[in-house]
Amino acid sequence: MIPNFNRRQALALGAGAVTVAVLGASSGPALAKNDSDEAIAKFTGGKTPAQGKVKLDLPEIAENGNTVPMTVTVESPMTEQSHVTDVLILASENPRSGVATFHFSPASGIAEANTRIRLAATQDVIAVAKMNDGSFFMARKQVKVTIGGCGG
Amino acid sequence: MAVKPRMKLDKKEAKKGDLVEVKALVSHVMESGQRKDSAGNTIPRKILNKFVCTVAGKQVFAADFEPAISANPYIQFKFKAQESGPVVLTWTDDDGSTIVGEETIKVS
Repeated sequence: MIPNFNRRQALALGAGAVTVAVLGASSGPALAKNDSDEAIAKFTGGKTPAQGKVKLDLPEIAENGNTVPMTVTVESPMTEQSHVTDVLILASENPRSGVATFHFSPASGIAEANTRIRLAATQDVIAVAKMNDGSFFMARKQVKVTIGGCGG
Repeated sequence: MAVKPRMKLDKKEAKKGDLVEVKALVSHVMESGQRKDSAGNTIPRKILNKFVCTVAGKQVFAADFEPAISANPYIQFKFKAQESGPVVLTWTDDDGSTIVGEETIKVS
């Protein structure tokens, strides 16, 4: 027996450790697992994107994370004076945050694109749009994934 | 091996200023570089990392893909009809090879 370290204290310590672990996990959503926050900062040059204008269309529940249909639409007149130049798509909990970057121009007529993406687990998909005047807008949507799509 | 993409324009003829929708699907493994084979070795990444659409020689849409794009990537987007000409889609592989699809749009 180790002196001054009885069963009750050992249990208390164990419970403490569990509490810390749970607290650590519950502070989750803001602290993404991958580098999605840095990727946003890199894309915007450190600016905080405003909410709105960007619409992400994804299923609420994706049975198969290997192929999740995703549509992103950004409100914009798409004229020479005012248009969307780039849209960055990120997944907050994939092994790597990057999903795609779409490049638009006034010749696109509308800032809308649809593709199918892989999601490893239930997580937020993030879209950040860059306007030609240098402003940024973003949207976030949670997708519940039944079977992850990055398995090995 | 020449891979032929499947592509479709929602209209072959358009009025100037109309929006034309393009849908395209191409066969590709889009190997993410995250998976391991049965021996535990990482399967090297091999994806189509770039997509460009030009109409009559002018770029109207482009995309950079990451490994999080599904196998056999599907892409759908629109462009504004300006002039008649070829609608050319080009995908670029990690190994530098390209897959090209072409249709024609008539603008009146």
